[in-house]
Amino acid sequence: MGALFDNLPKLLEGFLRTLELTALSALGALVLGTMLAAMRVSPVPSLRLAGAAYVNTVRNTPLVLVFAFVFFALPRLEIRFSFFQFAVLALSVYTAAFVCEAVRSGVNAIPTGQAEAARAVGMTFGQTLTTVVLPQAFRTVVPPLGNILIALTKNTSIAAAFANAEATDVFDGLVRDNPDAIYALFFGVALGYVLIVLAISGVFRIIESRVVVLR
Amino acid sequence: MTAVLYDVPGPRARRRTLIGTVVGTAIVLAGLAVVLWQFERTGQFAADQWDPFTDPGIQRLLLRAILSTVAAAGTAILLSLILGVVLAAGRLSDHAALRIPSTLFVEFFRAIPLLLLILFLFLGFGDILGAFGALVLALTLYNGSVLSEIFRAGIAAVPRGQSEAAYALGLRKNKVMLIILVPQAVRIMLPAIVSQCVVALKDTALGFVIAYEELLRQGQLIYNNFFNVVPTIIVVAAIYITMNSALSALASYLQRRTSRTAKTSAADLTKVVASANRDLV
Repeated sequence: MGALFDNLPKLLEGFLRTLELTALSALGALVLGTMLAAMRVSPVPSLRLAGAAYVNTVRNTPLVLVFAFVFFALPRLEIRFSFFQFAVLALSVYTAAFVCEAVRSGVNAIPTGQAEAARAVGMTFGQTLTTVVLPQAFRTVVPPLGNILIALTKNTSIAAAFANAEATDVFDGLVRDNPDAIYALFFGVALGYVLIVLAISGVFRIIESRVVVLR
Repeated sequence: MTAVLYDVPGPRARRRTLIGTVVGTAIVLAGLAVVLWQFERTGQFAADQWDPFTDPGIQRLLLRAILSTVAAAGTAILLSLILGVVLAAGRLSDHAALRIPSTLFVEFFRAIPLLLLILFLFLGFGDILGAFGALVLALTLYNGSVLSEIFRAGIAAVPRGQSEAAYALGLRKNKVMLIILVPQAVRIMLPAIVSQCVVALKDTALGFVIAYEELLRQGQLIYNNFFNVVPTIIVVAAIYITMNSALSALASYLQRRTSRTAKTSAADLTKVVASANRDLV
């Protein structure tokens, strides 16, 4: 137990880094994912194809491999950032594929009659999208986005293997220094992750109860 | 084609779409061109970068790596199916003494990062388990927990009338479960199970971190030798993507088959069960 409490500041610093990674990657994934979803629902075949190709490739690639590509291959292609920026890039690129699918299925879940009615009363494409389709799609998308955010939080741990001192990396270092305290350290760090996951699902439950409409 | 956002296009909309297609295609091609140019400029297309992969020794190395990846993933999937059944039975039990521990177990292993679990098992019990054992055990604990949720959602998705009718005929809970609910639930949840297998296969790549000789780790051997990082990672990625795409295709085939043959709204139920799995990312 001693090793856990003695190193509490170090662990908290690690979790702070975990949260930073999560927040920035979530932002990146949301922006990129929404753009991809827009491509996939657009009337332009080439954009639809490109979006689908991106999603199918990334979804079937292990995240470690995305990390390996970003950290080992990009420098060879003369693209260099800090390790933290690389980690955010890898996590964003990977998570965007899942955000895209969530947003796309949200748009597709809107009954056709909604948009048809909007067009029938003379709304333009932009009006239909912003006042009828997207507000309803947002509600369907909230629960899957919460799940994606939880998965993203857990996925930030992979940055530990790529020179990012987040919580799992701190755990790894501390266990190597204090092998006897492995149980305390494991359950301490695990508790940290459980708390983050519970907090995220709590927040999303509140958002859901605010925006949900029974259809 | 999304029918939600637009009607069948008229002449003006078709012209707009055509302009969009030209511009969109140009942007996509320009993006690809920039990537390829960057590859060419840094010499990634040079023959000596790709030459090692024509060597039979390297090919055998990759083949062995595929086998050990599949071995770890396959063992883990088999074991986690068993664990998933046990945990689902525990969570559906009428006895709180079984239900509460199973629930805690499942929620705990779903909430912690898989890599944390792998490192814990490897650092703590690595001398007994080895890299293979630590990887397989971690994958089993995590995927077993997720599968138990899928099983639970599958059982819950069978219409209530089924179990009510079975109870009315005088069957006990065991019989209701085994001969009424499970056979129907299996069909509903099969696509979700296969999708979870894709996740397990993908997560096997985490063995890289504890030096288990899966594809990426063996790829590292290759590029440390030949200094061809970019081609090696592309080859390794292509292998992983092929294996996972095949499994994903199987999942969507099963989904389509359910929706084609089912008399009831089994297709919708399949989707319900699939969306109950929050751990697909």
